Amino acid sequence: MQTLCLSWRDPSESLVSTTRTILICSGKGGVGKTTTTANLGIALARQGVRTVVLDADFGLRNLDLLLGLENRIVYTAQEVLAESCRLEQALVKHKQEPNLALLPAGNPRMLEWLTPKDMRAITALLEPSFDYILIDCPAGIEDGFKNASAAAREAVVVTTPEVAAVRDADRVIGLLNSQGVTPIQLVLNRVRPKMMSNQEMLSADDVTDILALPLLGLVFEDEQVIVSTNRGEPLTLTGSNSPAAKAFKNIARRLQGEDVPLMDPSEARSGLRAKMRQLMQTRIF
Amino acid sequence: MTLKDLIDKLLRRQPASAESARQRLQLVLAHDRSDLNPELLEQMRREILEVVARYVEIDVEEGDVSLETEDRVTALVANLPIRRSLK
Repeated sequence: MQTLCLSWRDPSESLVSTTRTILICSGKGGVGKTTTTANLGIALARQGVRTVVLDADFGLRNLDLLLGLENRIVYTAQEVLAESCRLEQALVKHKQEPNLALLPAGNPRMLEWLTPKDMRAITALLEPSFDYILIDCPAGIEDGFKNASAAAREAVVVTTPEVAAVRDADRVIGLLNSQGVTPIQLVLNRVRPKMMSNQEMLSADDVTDILALPLLGLVFEDEQVIVSTNRGEPLTLTGSNSPAAKAFKNIARRLQGEDVPLMDPSEARSGLRAKMRQLMQTRIF
Repeated sequence: MTLKDLIDKLLRRQPASAESARQRLQLVLAHDRSDLNPELLEQMRREILEVVARYVEIDVEEGDVSLETEDRVTALVANLPIRRSLK
């Protein structure tokens, strides 16, 4: 039997998808991938773009928890691909921010089903309905990473100014380069301005030089991140003015192409002590 | 050298740790990116010195072969001081 396939398309719409599919990855665990994905997802949605966050870390999925959506998941992308539910049923819409939806790739009981091909099929299904697809990548560089990155066109590498995190980020960047993912941009998370100005922490310049990536944003270490995680309300949702909230909002604006100046860690500390510190850092010979 | 470095030196304090983080990372990444471990590098160094020593007299002790990395490009850098030509 032959099936006739009709598609309705706005003639002004180009055939090439304009959806940006961005992998949020890090290599090392615990540097803030999921926090970044949740906050950027909300921030982008608040800017009026249709955004879906895809939790590719389904063995240890946590994106639902950070978004406060843990009790609303019924289906996952796996059921969508198996055609046991429709895409709309699996998408969990955020109540306060209707431009944002969450799609878990799978559930922890069903490991080892996802392949790079499945991942591409999922993003292809999402593309017509969304402007941004943010993929929360599992830690590591094994199969989980390979699956999650299969459909990504761009990437945001999250790292902290610590040797182990930077080294692991470098491995991931090498893999992304070989897959032709571009652009790859860097988010430097959990920056402590005081330690940086005392030169007891790698600076943003150090990290961008070593990894040879452009800096998309700098996020200061911020206790409010933990508070917001406890509540399941990302900082960018609550209108908080904490340093991390501002940083994530700025990163979302930069993703959208806006030219927002980077925060300067030395500006976070002004006054006499900061001036003394600057004097101490002047080259004398 | 900065004023802070000078004071650290006078007080015999350890220098700030960011610099040693940077240096250690640069070295370990050069090895990670090229997939060469220190043993292989040492073997290569010896073989390179052997070949070069056939043509010129070199200072074997001073000879240095190392990996350097900049902008994600890793280079093998050999620095072999020549004493004189053997020809």
